[in-house]
Amino acid sequence: MADPLDDFIDAAALALSLPLKEDWKPAVKANLDVTLKHAAFVAEFELPDDAEPAPVFKA
Amino acid sequence: MPNLRPSSRPDAAPDLAWGTAAEIAAAVTNGGMTAAAVVDQALARIAKLNTALNAFTAVTAERARARAKAIDSVQDKSRLPLAGVPFAVKNLFDVAGIVTTAGSKINRSNAAADRDSPLVERLEAAGAVLVGALNMGEYAYDFTGENVHDGPSRNPHDPARMTGGSSGGSGGAVAGGMVPFALGSDTNGSIRVPSSLCGIFGLKPTYGRLTRTGTFPFVFSLDHLGPFARSVRDLALTYDAMQGPAEGDGACAERPVEPVTQELDRGVNGLRIATAGGYFRKGAFPEAIEALDGVAKALGVKESVEFAEAARARAAAYLITATEGAALHLDRLRARATDFDPAVRDRLLAGAMVPSALVVKAQIFRRWYRERTLELFERVDAILAPATPCTAPKIGQTTFVLDGQELPVRPNLGIYTQPISFIGLPVVAVPVPLKPLPIGVQIIAPPWREDIALRVAYALEQMGIVAAARPIGLEGTA
Repeated sequence: MADPLDDFIDAAALALSLPLKEDWKPAVKANLDVTLKHAAFVAEFELPDDAEPAPVFKA
Repeated sequence: MPNLRPSSRPDAAPDLAWGTAAEIAAAVTNGGMTAAAVVDQALARIAKLNTALNAFTAVTAERARARAKAIDSVQDKSRLPLAGVPFAVKNLFDVAGIVTTAGSKINRSNAAADRDSPLVERLEAAGAVLVGALNMGEYAYDFTGENVHDGPSRNPHDPARMTGGSSGGSGGAVAGGMVPFALGSDTNGSIRVPSSLCGIFGLKPTYGRLTRTGTFPFVFSLDHLGPFARSVRDLALTYDAMQGPAEGDGACAERPVEPVTQELDRGVNGLRIATAGGYFRKGAFPEAIEALDGVAKALGVKESVEFAEAARARAAAYLITATEGAALHLDRLRARATDFDPAVRDRLLAGAMVPSALVVKAQIFRRWYRERTLELFERVDAILAPATPCTAPKIGQTTFVLDGQELPVRPNLGIYTQPISFIGLPVVAVPVPLKPLPIGVQIIAPPWREDIALRVAYALEQMGIVAAARPIGLEGTA
């Protein structure tokens, strides 16, 4: 069964005009997989809707 | 021990290989030696050792000799706290007349910098003499000190081992006695990791303390600059010379200079110090725990505290680094992808593909984590933690086992540094001279309290618990 992450990587590379050679894909996928796992770990931490991001723009 | 004894030949300059910046400046100021002689010796030592250590990517000999001559012509050197002291900078600092490569092949096609970065200017205004630019991991996205374009920085304690990165040349140059101090950058641990693996002192100040103007960036919301040295006093002297606001860095705080050198000998009585437990003991090799426990014992530390959600903080730092780094390099990825170090390129390509909503979540978490951590500092003044999970791995080693899991070395040497720089806390990395290889401990203080971390480091140095050990056998390697 095809891994949806492979399709995502192909689509993202196309949408962002990023070059992506066939032999780079395994390493890019491994890195993206790790990064998304870190992201999911952060995102599952519940915070209130009014929690502000660290960088706050001031005019 | 510093070796400033004169040579048996009366016309020869003293051996400065292991002298501190403070000792050199004192000798130049009181007329015991000339800046020209100091610089000549440093240049000779760089020429002798660089083949083995690969720390320098450029040597600014002509400029350094001219600068030394200018220092020698100053009648009253008492206002030059770094009179005649040679130093070098990671090659992401602008140095007039040379290209700021930031460890890359791509930047080599840029024009040479037309002026020095402000930190270099400030150090030279204090009497220091720039002698060159230093090797680093490509675009600072690295904890190993390896570089596919320039070759790996090599550890003076064992040239077959990593210096740590990304400020690998900075670590090697100071630990190898090529210069008494050097500058590096630290986004997630790139000062503290090489300090640990090379067995020297490193200061990562509070985020926003030292201006980043005139340096090649990596992650704007995480980048810091700071010094490496072989003594705490040298960290303080150089840090004091670099403080103060500057144009061109939106994150640089409008804070006055807050000198710390005269604070060092205030001691640690009255300071509440704790060790970091939980996350910071998980996965550490026995030597990292031995070093941490030895430092804690010397300070009489009994309390342990836990950084709330440190693992998640590390994850968020990882995510912000990958995505901000990708944003910085997006055009270069499109135009010159094959000119990157493949290990850096593949991480940046992955970073470019991460949905932005996840990154904003990480920035929201960052504020929460900062607030929880600042609550810790209502109970303690300083926190001790390992700097790296292990001593220097062999160059080329790609994996190690942490907490029972085989993991890649490159992104994981910084597991204990990332949760700290994530919220910009000041840290001094102190070297514990274990045999056969040294390892560092982090002394972490609240924001803007570099003085506390440096006082603790100085007390440990005075007790003989931490020290930059002179590498054995290095002289025969050149």
